[in-house]
Amino acid sequence: MNRNTIARRGLAFCLLSSVFCLLPIANAGDWPQFRGPGGAGVSDDTGLPTTWDVKAGTNVRWQADLPARGVSCPVVAKGKVYVTCCGGYRQDRLHVLCFDAATGKRLWERQFTATGSTNSHPKTSMAGPTPVTDGERVFALFGTGDVAALDSDGNLLWYRALVRDYPTITNQVGMAASPVLWKDVLLLPLENAGDQSFALALDATTGKNRWKAERKRDINWVTPLLRPLGDGAEVLFQSSNELTAYDVLTGEKRWAYKAAGLGTVPMPVALDGLMLATGGESAALRLPSQNGEPEAVWTTNKLRSGYTTPTCYRKRVYAVNATFLNCVGAEDGKPAGAPIRLRGTFWASPVAGDGKIYVANEEGTVFVVKVGDKPELVATNPIGEEVIATPAIADGALFLRTKEHLYCIALKK
Amino acid sequence: MPKGQIGRLTGALLLALAAAPYIVAADAGPLVARIKEVGSEGAGNVEAAKAWRDLVALGPDALPAILTGFDGADDRSANWLRAAVDAVAEREVSAGRRLPAEKLEAFIHETKHAPAARRLAYEWLTRTDRTTPDRLLPGMLNDPSVELRRDAVAVVLKEAHEKLDKMDKDGAKAAFKKALSGARDPDQVEAIAKALKGLGESVDVAAHFGFVRTWQLIGPFDSTGGKGHAAIFEPEKHVDLAAVLSGKGGKEVRWTAYTTEDAYGNVDLNKAIGKHMGAAGYAYAVVDSPAERVIEVRASTKNAVKVFVNGKLVFAKEEYHHGKYLDQHVARVTLNRGRNTLLLKVCQNEQKDSWAQEWEFQVRLCDAVGGAVPFTIVKEGK
Repeated sequence: MNRNTIARRGLAFCLLSSVFCLLPIANAGDWPQFRGPGGAGVSDDTGLPTTWDVKAGTNVRWQADLPARGVSCPVVAKGKVYVTCCGGYRQDRLHVLCFDAATGKRLWERQFTATGSTNSHPKTSMAGPTPVTDGERVFALFGTGDVAALDSDGNLLWYRALVRDYPTITNQVGMAASPVLWKDVLLLPLENAGDQSFALALDATTGKNRWKAERKRDINWVTPLLRPLGDGAEVLFQSSNELTAYDVLTGEKRWAYKAAGLGTVPMPVALDGLMLATGGESAALRLPSQNGEPEAVWTTNKLRSGYTTPTCYRKRVYAVNATFLNCVGAEDGKPAGAPIRLRGTFWASPVAGDGKIYVANEEGTVFVVKVGDKPELVATNPIGEEVIATPAIADGALFLRTKEHLYCIALKK
Repeated sequence: MPKGQIGRLTGALLLALAAAPYIVAADAGPLVARIKEVGSEGAGNVEAAKAWRDLVALGPDALPAILTGFDGADDRSANWLRAAVDAVAEREVSAGRRLPAEKLEAFIHETKHAPAARRLAYEWLTRTDRTTPDRLLPGMLNDPSVELRRDAVAVVLKEAHEKLDKMDKDGAKAAFKKALSGARDPDQVEAIAKALKGLGESVDVAAHFGFVRTWQLIGPFDSTGGKGHAAIFEPEKHVDLAAVLSGKGGKEVRWTAYTTEDAYGNVDLNKAIGKHMGAAGYAYAVVDSPAERVIEVRASTKNAVKVFVNGKLVFAKEEYHHGKYLDQHVARVTLNRGRNTLLLKVCQNEQKDSWAQEWEFQVRLCDAVGGAVPFTIVKEGK
C-alpha cells in the first residue's frame, strides 16, 4: 500500500469517524428513542447513580404507577417522559402516557383501541415498540399496527391503523421493533412473515406514506439504525441474511451486507468509524460513503447477545449473553478483559453513561459495571419487579420501566 | 341600568347558557363528520387533525356528540374520536370541573350506540362518580359491549361465590348459571364451569362457545416448500364427499368423518389425518342456520390457513408456528337461512423444531360479542 493510498484511507476513516461521532447527538440530556440518542445506548450525562434502594427510597427521585403492562422503553425529551402500555382482557387497550421528568406527575394519557391482532408471546406486549420523540411530538407504534402521533401536550396530530391498509403486517409472536425519526421522516420496521413485509417511511407531519421498501418475509424485531451522511442519512434495516441501507428520504437501496446468521432481534451498532452487524457472528463493517460494498474489518462470536443489543462505549463493545457481560475492543474485536458474571434472564439491552454500564435482568435486578481497563461489577440493585424494557438515561437520571411502575433513579441534588 | 334592561340581559344570558350545549352539538357534528372521513394510507389526516383540535376546543358540552359519532365509524376514525373524548374529559377533570354526568349516563343506557363509546362514557363517569359500577353493572349482563358485559359477569360471579361461602348451594348454582348466560370470555366461562361442576352441574363449553366439532376431513395434499397455501386442490373447486382424490405423492385420499371431543373444538390433524410435514389438509362442514344472520367465523391455528364460507374465500393467513390463540382469525360473514358450507385448508410446513409439529385448528361460529349462534351440523352422505 503506497503512502497516497494510506493517506486517502486515513482521511476517509477520519471522515467516517466524524460522521459516526455525530450519531448520538440530539438535545443534550434527552433519550428520544429506543436505546437513546442515535440508538447507541449511550448518554453523555454525568452524576448518574451507582446504587439505589426502591423500598427505602434511596436515590429514587420519584416513582409513578403505570395503568398496564408493556415492554417498550421510556423516552425522554424536553423534561417530559413518554411511555406506552397495553392492557385489557383482550390486550386491546393501547396507552400513551406523558410524565413530568422532574416530578413524575402524570401530565396526560391517551388511549386507543387496537385495530390489529393482539396475539403475542406472553413475554412481550402490544406495547412492545418504543416510541420516538423529537421533543415537540411523540410517535407511538404498537404491535397491533396502530400508530399515533401526538404533540407534547397530548393533542392528536394524526393516527394510522396500518392493518386496515396492510392486513397481514402483524405477527402472532408480537411485533416489537421500534420506529426511528429522521427530521420529518418517521421510519417504521414492519418486517414480518405475512405476504406484506416491508419498511415504511411516513411523513411525520401528516402520517402519509413517503416510501415503502420490500423486506425479507420473515419475523423480525430489529429496530432500524440511522446513519447521518452530510445533510441526509441512510437508514439501516437488518434481517437474518442481510444488513441493508436505504436513503432515508427516498427509500432507494444504497448498499447491502450479506451474511448468514445475522440477528433478528439486536439492532446494528455504530462503532467508532465502523458499523457492527450483530448476530451469532457479529461483523464490524467499514461502510461505503456512497454506493458500494461494505468491507468486514473484523468478526467475532463474543458479542452474541440473544434478545439484547450490544453497546459501544469508550472504544469497547459490551454485550450481555446468558449470564455474562462480554467485552471486546471496538477497533479490533479482540476480547478486552474477562467476562463479568451476572445473573438472570436478559431482555433489556445494556446502556452506558458516566463511566458505567447498566444491565437490567428480567427478575428486576440492575447490575452496574464500572468501565475501564478492567471493567468491574460495582453494584447490584434489586428492584423486585419484572424489567424487560431497556432503561433510559436522561436529565442526569436513570428511568426504569418495570411491569407496573416507572422509576426515576437519581442522586439527590 | 334600568331594572327592565337588567332583566332582559339576564334573560338573554340564561337563554344563551341554556342553548350552549345545543349550539356546541351543532358545531361538533361537521367536525365529527370530517374526522370520520379519514381513509386509507393517511388520506384525510390533515383535515381530521384540524377538526380534532376544533372539536376538543368545544369542551365538555361536545362529549355526547363526539360519543354519538362512534356510531357507524370504522375503528380507524373511532380512535380519533376516542382521543378527543379523552382530551376533553381529562382537561375538565384535571381542572376540577364536572363532566355532564347525566348525559353520559343516559348515553350509556342507550344500547343502540357503539359499544366502544358507551364503555368510554362509562369509564369517565366511573372516574368522577365511584358509585357508577354498582348502579349500572347489574343491568349489563347481556350488554353489547364485551367489556361492560365482562364486568357485569364479574359482579354476578362475586355474588355466586358469596352464596357458596354461606353454603347456599342452590342460590350459588342459580347465580353461576346466571353468570354463565352472560359470560363470553374463556377465563370466566372456565371458572363458572368449574364451580358448577363442583355443584353437580356440567357445562358443555364447546356448545357455549359455538365450536364446530364434527367435520369431514381429507388429506394430505402436497405443500412441499409451502406451495400448498396458494395451490388450488380439488376440494377448493368442488366438494364431493364420495370422491377419491390424488393426494401428496399420488396417494389416494378420501373424505373421513371426524368428531372432536376437545372442550374447545380442537381438531388435531396429526391424529385425524396422520403425521405429515409439507402437507395440506381440508376440513368441511355443512351447517344449517335457522335464519339469515351476520356472524363471525373465528378460527385458530398455528398453521397457514384459508377459510371459505359458501364457496367464497373469507380469510387467509400464511404464517406458521407463531402461536395459537382463541379467536385468532376472525371473518365476518352472512350465513344463509338453511344450508351453508364451511371449508378450511390448513397447511403444515416442514420445520423440524419440536415446537413446530402441531397441525391443528379450531373454528367457532358466534356473534360480535362472542356468543354462540344457533346452528346444526347437517350430515350429508357420500
